[in-house]
Amino acid sequence: MNNCFEIIRAGTNTTFQDNGRNNLNHIGIPFSGAMDKRNYVLANSLVGNKINDPVIEFAYQGPLVKYRGKKISFVITGDVIFKIIKKKNEINGNCYETYNIEDGDQIDIISTNKSVYGYFAISGKFYLNFQWGSCSTNTTANIGSNEGKKLQDSQKIEILNINSNQIQKKLNYINTRLEKIRVIKGTNFNYFSNEGKKIFFEKEFIISKLSDRMGMRLEGPNIENIVETNIRSEGLIKGVIQITADGNPIIMLSDHGTIGGYPKIGVVISADYDKLVQLSPGSKCKFQEIELTDAENLFKLYEIETNNLISQLR
Amino acid sequence: MIKNISNLGDAALYCDFGEDVNKEVNSNVIKYFKNIKEKNIKGVINLTPSYNKLIISFDLKKINFIEIKKIVENLDINDFKSEFSKKIEIPICCADFFSLDIKRLEEKLSLNKNKIYENFFNKEYFCYMTGFVAGMPFLGDLDKSMRAKRLETPRVKVPKGSVGLTEQFANIYSFESPGGWNIIGNTPLEIFNSSKIDNPNLISPGDTVTFKQISLKDHKNYNE
Repeated sequence: MNNCFEIIRAGTNTTFQDNGRNNLNHIGIPFSGAMDKRNYVLANSLVGNKINDPVIEFAYQGPLVKYRGKKISFVITGDVIFKIIKKKNEINGNCYETYNIEDGDQIDIISTNKSVYGYFAISGKFYLNFQWGSCSTNTTANIGSNEGKKLQDSQKIEILNINSNQIQKKLNYINTRLEKIRVIKGTNFNYFSNEGKKIFFEKEFIISKLSDRMGMRLEGPNIENIVETNIRSEGLIKGVIQITADGNPIIMLSDHGTIGGYPKIGVVISADYDKLVQLSPGSKCKFQEIELTDAENLFKLYEIETNNLISQLR
Repeated sequence: MIKNISNLGDAALYCDFGEDVNKEVNSNVIKYFKNIKEKNIKGVINLTPSYNKLIISFDLKKINFIEIKKIVENLDINDFKSEFSKKIEIPICCADFFSLDIKRLEEKLSLNKNKIYENFFNKEYFCYMTGFVAGMPFLGDLDKSMRAKRLETPRVKVPKGSVGLTEQFANIYSFESPGGWNIIGNTPLEIFNSSKIDNPNLISPGDTVTFKQISLKDHKNYNE
C-alpha cells in the first residue's frame, strides 16, 4: 500500500510550495515559493529534509488530513493551532515540535493564530510534479504541482518515500510581530506631495481583507499623488509598494503580476518580508524609512539568525 | 543605452533607458536583457524587461547592489541578433459575444466599428514585452486615432483569449484574469503553454504580430 494523506478538509488556501522558480519573470511567471521563508526552511530542517524541499503551505484555516501508511513524523511551523487525533486520544500540537503519526491518525490544522501562513512538512517526500525546477503552485496561471491548483476536499496526497531517520526534534522559537515595516524609498517617491510622504511614514495603515499570495492591500489616509497616478507599465519585484489611483498602498507579494503600472512609493526590505506576509487583515502597521546599507546589514543579521536556528537542529 | 541605474529596494537594480517608448528604446532594453541572460551573472535571479526599463533582481545572499551595478555598467553588449524574432499571425473572432467593449470604443474614439476593425487589422505590431500574467504580450503601436484609456472600473474577470486595447498598445489575455483594457475580440490560440519548457510563450519580445479576423464558427472549431 502506498503511504498517503486523505484530505478531509482542504482549508482556505492550501498549496504545495518550495523555494520558488527563478528567471521566468520575463515571460510573466513570478517567483512564487513559500511566503514566509524562515518558517519554511525551519519546517524542513525539523523533519530532516533538505531545506528547499516541498512543503504544504496553508493560510488561516489549514487542512484536516487522515494518514494512511507506515509510521511517519511531521511538523507544523508558524503560529498555528492544531491537534493530532489518534484512535484513543487527542493531542494539542505545538509548533516546531515533531510528532509521529500512524495509519488512521488525523491532523487537524485548525487555524493560524493572529498570523496568516503556516507550514506542514513530513519526514519524507510528497509525490509531486515539478515545473521549471519547482513544485510551487501558482493558481493564477495553473503552474506547478497539483495541476497548479489549491488542494481540494477529498483528494489524496501520495507520499513518494519516508526518511529512514525519524529523529524527534523540537525548537524553541517564537514568531515576533512586525510593528514597523522598514522600507527603502521607491523609484517614484517624488510623485507624492510632501504631505503624502509624511502620511506614508507617520500614519497607521490597516491590512485589508483583499490580500492574498499576489498582494496585500492597505487602507489608511489618502497619499496624495501630484504627478500622475499611472506610470508606463514596468517590472515589479516582491515587496514593492505601489500607490493605486485611489491613494491606497498595495504591496506586491510572492505571486505578484510581473508587470504593473502604478507608482512605486517604496520597497519593503528583504529582512522584513517574512514578517510582513504574516500581518493578518484588520491588523495595523506603520512604515519606517531606511537606507540601503542598513537594509543590507539587517538582511545579514536575518540570515545569521536563520542559520543559527537551523544549526541547532543538526 | 542605459540612462540611469538605481536600486529598487535592497535586492534589485532598476535600469532606466529613457522616457520615450519606441522600438529603438525597447530594442535596447531587449538587447541588454538577452546579453545579461546569456552571461549568467552570479546571483541574478530574474530579469524583467518592459517598454523602457529593465529590472534585474538578485539574491542578496550572493551579491549586493554596488557589486552588480558595477558588473552591468561594464558589460560588453553585443548586438541583438534579429534571427531570434519571428512573425506570428493571430486569428481573432470579433463577434458581439467576444467584442465586449466595441460600443464603448465607438464612442470613445468617435469611429464606427468597421473603421476600428479596419485600422486594427491593417497593421503589424511589435511585441515590447510579456508579463503581468504568464504569456501576456504587450503589442504596439496603435494608430493615434485608436488610442483610448482603460475602463474606469476594471473587470474582475476578463475571459481567456480576449484581445484588448489601451493607449498605444494591444494585448492578449493569456489567462482569465482581472483587467481594464477595452476588449475587441477573442483568439482561440493558446498564448501560453506550460508544457513547452523552453519557451511556453507564443509571442516573445521583439516578435512581429499581425491579426486575422475569423468567424465564430472557425473560432469554435479552431482547436478540434
